[in-house]
Amino acid sequence: MELNSPSLEVAITTKLDEAIGWARESSLWPMIFGTACCAIEFMSVAASKYDISRFGAEVVRFSPRQADLLIVAGTITYKQAPILKQIYEQMSEPKWVISMGACACSGGFYDNYTTLQGIDEIIPVDLYVGGCPPRPEALIDALLKLQNDLRTNKYNPNRHEGFKGRLDNV
Amino acid sequence: MSEIIKATSIELHSFIKTKYEEGFNYLLDITAIDYSEYVTANEEQFALVYILRHESFKEHIVIKTYLKKLEIETITDIFRGADWLEREVYDQYGIIFKKHPNLRRILNHKEFVGHPLRKSYPITKGQLLHEVDDLIEEMNNRLLSKNVVCKLESGTFSDCNKDLMFLNLGPSHPASHGTIRTYVALDGETIECAVSEIGYLHRGFEKSCENHTYNQIIPYTDRLNYCSAISNNISFVKTVEEMLGVEISERAQAIRVMLLELSRIEDHVVCLAAVLVDMGGLTNYWYMYNPREDIYDLLSKLTGARLTNSYMRVGGMTNDLYEGFEEDLKEVIKKVKYGVEQTLSLIKHNRIFHDRTQNVGVISAENALNYAMTGPNLRACGVAFDMRKDAPYYGYEKYEFDVVVGSVGDVYDRVMVRFGEIDESIKIIEQVMQNLPEGEVCVKDNSITLPKKEAVYTTIEGAMNQFKLTFEGVKVPIGEHYGSIEATNGELGFFIVSDGSGIPYKVKVKAPSFTAMSAYPEMVEGAQLADAILTLGSLNIIAGEMDR
Repeated sequence: MELNSPSLEVAITTKLDEAIGWARESSLWPMIFGTACCAIEFMSVAASKYDISRFGAEVVRFSPRQADLLIVAGTITYKQAPILKQIYEQMSEPKWVISMGACACSGGFYDNYTTLQGIDEIIPVDLYVGGCPPRPEALIDALLKLQNDLRTNKYNPNRHEGFKGRLDNV
Repeated sequence: MSEIIKATSIELHSFIKTKYEEGFNYLLDITAIDYSEYVTANEEQFALVYILRHESFKEHIVIKTYLKKLEIETITDIFRGADWLEREVYDQYGIIFKKHPNLRRILNHKEFVGHPLRKSYPITKGQLLHEVDDLIEEMNNRLLSKNVVCKLESGTFSDCNKDLMFLNLGPSHPASHGTIRTYVALDGETIECAVSEIGYLHRGFEKSCENHTYNQIIPYTDRLNYCSAISNNISFVKTVEEMLGVEISERAQAIRVMLLELSRIEDHVVCLAAVLVDMGGLTNYWYMYNPREDIYDLLSKLTGARLTNSYMRVGGMTNDLYEGFEEDLKEVIKKVKYGVEQTLSLIKHNRIFHDRTQNVGVISAENALNYAMTGPNLRACGVAFDMRKDAPYYGYEKYEFDVVVGSVGDVYDRVMVRFGEIDESIKIIEQVMQNLPEGEVCVKDNSITLPKKEAVYTTIEGAMNQFKLTFEGVKVPIGEHYGSIEATNGELGFFIVSDGSGIPYKVKVKAPSFTAMSAYPEMVEGAQLADAILTLGSLNIIAGEMDR
């Protein structure tokens, strides 16, 4: 196939949802909700040694309106929880959430009066990354997994329909 | 052990005033103790503790007062740094400070009921916050106190010829370190008034300490200042060792000094990288952050973790240096030097850098002392207070290094002091590695350090010893003690109350970032909005340590 030839018109046949999946996979815009130690590890993920941009997800936006992947990196306290919920709600669909680190996943070893015992009490989560803090490779692995799922259209847009967080009924 | 001076609650204010005039004019910390589960020693259920440092910086005093009624006169008229410290005691213990200008919760949220550090409060009883505090009332008070607005007879406000716009800086923004919120009133780009709200990363460190053994607390200390975890480890175990009265070996002391300085470099590079990004200089970030990756590699090889090392133990450390550590360290230092050199070559003669940083975010030495700022932030104002020189420990007096000071106390000085300190730390590390003493790294005492694994697996004494130390913890003699070191951000201290068991009765952290942050609103008022971001970055506020 000669792509440079003006006489030949090129057509690639595919299914529409596969084309969309491919587009989504290759243009994830993460928003970092970084609060604690895990945010420092995220800095490593973005820096040149690990370099998240190799995976097509380097356009880190700190405005939820411009992002479709929320990475919650760090401890979420009860004081922080309504803010996290607000940020999640400000993101437009389709959107995905990665919970990075033990604190965001389950409260970690902060089993006490001030720490939320996992962000899934407030917002739905698609992927959990363990570790305190996780190594940069672990976050990159989660990103690759998400991209693989997007490519194969694993994510049902209505998957969190039945989700009800602790702050939802007020 | 520190000597504790007792004062009655009625005369406390005048007592502190006389101490202030005697030269104890630097407030380190205020905290309370709830004695309700420790009935043998106390005179009343609650006591307040004030820790002051002398103006020569060489000594400190601990003043304690028992409270018959849960109220006392404020000392905010003597120390402005007492404002937030007293608010914290009110929040955590419910002690009222009379005549305090703004006594409201600081770490816990506004819907919180009860006072979590009281012994009667269950540790796992969480309380949900439904709506974020809008800070409007706080802002109104601030505007009125600064005469930016006037209150009319009808109860409404009039803006005195200014068209104010209100804006939230943070908490969810990388320039606000994710957890610091400052609510500002803007006139154009100029900040007329600012109020800061903290506590978004308050994760209950002090309460968690009360049900863990001393060695179990070490991983928690890692997460105070997570940019330089090892220095928190050292500050904590040093305080516990002082209470136990043990002296660690010369080798352990030298390794601790070396790791303290390495942590200082590790922390400063990330602070400088971040502040230069805030300024728009992204290239510097890569130059400064890459050496940090090399330090991570070295520390993972030594301790098993990149960031949260948990390397220290009461009475020593987990293991000795590995073979070939010194060569690896030399390589890392080379890379740090390269990174610093490259960054300085980009900014040293850069007009934009100078214009953006000089005379921006200024705090005078007098104010900085009164707000109890410490570390590089205080030294940038020209006050040469450095624990390593003024109250040396671990043989710091043997090493040759300079205390880097600034002159103006602006962003430029704070940045340059940190650059200077990286050089000085490298000097100390080189001196330590040149004559590293031989010997063990842990004290040989069965009641403090774990036995060797061979003994645990082959003898009943060894197995018993391991079991008892692990389950019951190191038994620390009864007492109350304040111990501190010069960590990256300044004097990092621990005030520990022991009831003689393996679990501390109370732990309070004297966190350098906390007092630095309390000075921040005043520093940015009158400044441009963009400069407020730089000022915050240059103070190196670490939320984990500030909110605990």
